[in-house]
Amino acid sequence: MRTGVLGGVGLRVGAIFLALAFTTGVLLLADAPPLEAYRQIVIGSIGSVKKITDVLVAWVPLVLVTSGLLITFAAGLWNIGIEGQITLGAIFTTGALRLALGSDVPPALAIAVAILAGIVGGALWALLAGLLKAYGGVNEIFGGLGLNFVAVALNVWLIFGPWGRPGVASMSGTEPFPDSFSLPALADLRLSPWAVVLAIGGFALVYFLLKGTYFGLRLKAVGKNPRAAFVLGVPTVRYMLLAFILCGGLGGAAGAVQVTAVYHRLIPAISSGYGYLGLMVAMLVNYQPTWVPVVAFFFAALNIGSIQLPIVLKLDSSLAGVLQGALVLFVLGVEGLRRRRPVVKATE
Amino acid sequence: MTTEMLLIGLAGVLAAAAPIVFATLGETLTERSGVINLSVNGTILLSAMGSFAVAVLSGSLWLGFLAGMVIGAVVALVVAGFSISLRQSQVAVGFVLTLMCRDLAYFLGNPFMGLSGPRLPSLAISVLEDLPVIGPLFFQQDLLTYLSFILIFVIWAWIFRTRSGLSLTSVGERPAAAYVRGLRVNRMRYLYTIVGGALVGLAGPAFSLSVKAGWKGTISGLDGYGWIALAITIFGGWNPIRAAFGAYLFVFLQWLGLALQPSLPGVPSQVLQVAPFPLMIMALLLVNIGNTEWVERTLAALPDSTRMFIARVLRSLRASPPASLGVPFEHE
Repeated sequence: MRTGVLGGVGLRVGAIFLALAFTTGVLLLADAPPLEAYRQIVIGSIGSVKKITDVLVAWVPLVLVTSGLLITFAAGLWNIGIEGQITLGAIFTTGALRLALGSDVPPALAIAVAILAGIVGGALWALLAGLLKAYGGVNEIFGGLGLNFVAVALNVWLIFGPWGRPGVASMSGTEPFPDSFSLPALADLRLSPWAVVLAIGGFALVYFLLKGTYFGLRLKAVGKNPRAAFVLGVPTVRYMLLAFILCGGLGGAAGAVQVTAVYHRLIPAISSGYGYLGLMVAMLVNYQPTWVPVVAFFFAALNIGSIQLPIVLKLDSSLAGVLQGALVLFVLGVEGLRRRRPVVKATE
Repeated sequence: MTTEMLLIGLAGVLAAAAPIVFATLGETLTERSGVINLSVNGTILLSAMGSFAVAVLSGSLWLGFLAGMVIGAVVALVVAGFSISLRQSQVAVGFVLTLMCRDLAYFLGNPFMGLSGPRLPSLAISVLEDLPVIGPLFFQQDLLTYLSFILIFVIWAWIFRTRSGLSLTSVGERPAAAYVRGLRVNRMRYLYTIVGGALVGLAGPAFSLSVKAGWKGTISGLDGYGWIALAITIFGGWNPIRAAFGAYLFVFLQWLGLALQPSLPGVPSQVLQVAPFPLMIMALLLVNIGNTEWVERTLAALPDSTRMFIARVLRSLRASPPASLGVPFEHE
């Protein structure tokens, strides 16, 4: 903190350049033209209004997930199980919509209930990881990971088994829902304004909880020093479980959006890796809410833009992940250097 | 199932477990020094791809294996540098690396997808291979599988029967005391992280040049093994022999799932394929639950005979991590 805000920004800009230099090296190693690759990513993400709305389609679940993760991070928890929580959210939403299809519930109500069901599904799956940690001593990283694999299996089993398309159950997913059972999208676009509202709502809720309430304060106390918080009268286990539930609920909401606004059905890779990506965004914003929407937009843009790479340059789209990873890594690195400096001086 | 089929299956299990054994042994060494290297999953993918690419380009299997170990060591060096020298969260750095290495593997591996490459030949050991049961199981494998058998005991002996092993344990348990006794704690942590990383890196070519020869990008089926190896390290209680047992048990269950599939038509293949993961959670639950407070409280309320029995079972299963695992050390 001694280097001040400007120094911090300078180092972060430095980290961005280092990450770009690293990625450029990787591109050269793959015998690919770096500038052309970057140009394709930019064109593919913000080159037109349609592309920008595509980025927002990815931005919505990413913001929901990252917001949720800020809560578990505040409580000192590494909720790697977030991927499974997104998946369970999608499964619960699909289940609710399937029930509604066979009844005479008005579609608007059905969608609202289905999204709520998704939130509940994600929260329950997160609670499971929380209970395993609180009462079974199973580290949330490994419990969560195991549950992620179980969630994927459950999802694939549903798609091929009970919820399979009649006669042609396949990796392409379940039978698409009729248009009336989807969140309405803007004309000719994939983006639903309702989904954007949901993301902003989720983010605002977390921002308010962490910055403006005693709950947030106590949660951070649990994260910083659970023993001290417990001695001071904070029920640590209850707060920890609550953090899991809130995060899982937001992850479940992301899964619900994937079903009701993006794919209109359940597909095997329904979480699209947004859970792991959200963990990276949370690290990059140093676990503070303020910059989440901006950084999430940047990451979503990289993901969407890199779809161009295999089409135009015959490169794998995983380049986006390389750049994102390098960025987080170098930011952690300069952060380490920045904190190290005063320490070195003090010991001299 | 005939005895012969069973033997072939079990020999296959021992061979297929070799990569997981390498990764688990490497991680056990690293964690015993007090460092968590969470990058294992990505490291295995990157070293599998890298060693395959090197082997294809150079035509040399051995250069391929070397490349895998170098990749593992370099990734581990980054973990060590960021966590020990730059004091960043080991979990954060390891997690980012695990994702980044995976994407690097898929990106750089693109041109090598589906190419045919060299594969480690099996090497039966004469005379011994003809022994009944033991022969087919232990002496008709490839060089790497033999190495995996040997390393389990070498590393066990290194940890529990040598002076260096004692130093390693003291660095992981009580670094401050180790430092006072003249051990260079952080230098040793660097060393064991890098050596452990090289072993994890060996798991890559053990897949791509032997067990699952080739590189097929996202459908190589290697994604996930690294996480399993990390869980087995805990299940193994940071003891190489118990960890190796965990690795064999895991692969055996996987094989059992495949072998039983024809006789369980009602159970979809996806469920059997992931059956090891809930089992992994159960296993972690078993080794950890004895450490929790409520179990102790509940036990205290039980009649003596029952309590003693349950306590004994839990104690035999229990595994406690090195006391300073994940805690950075800073000398005065």
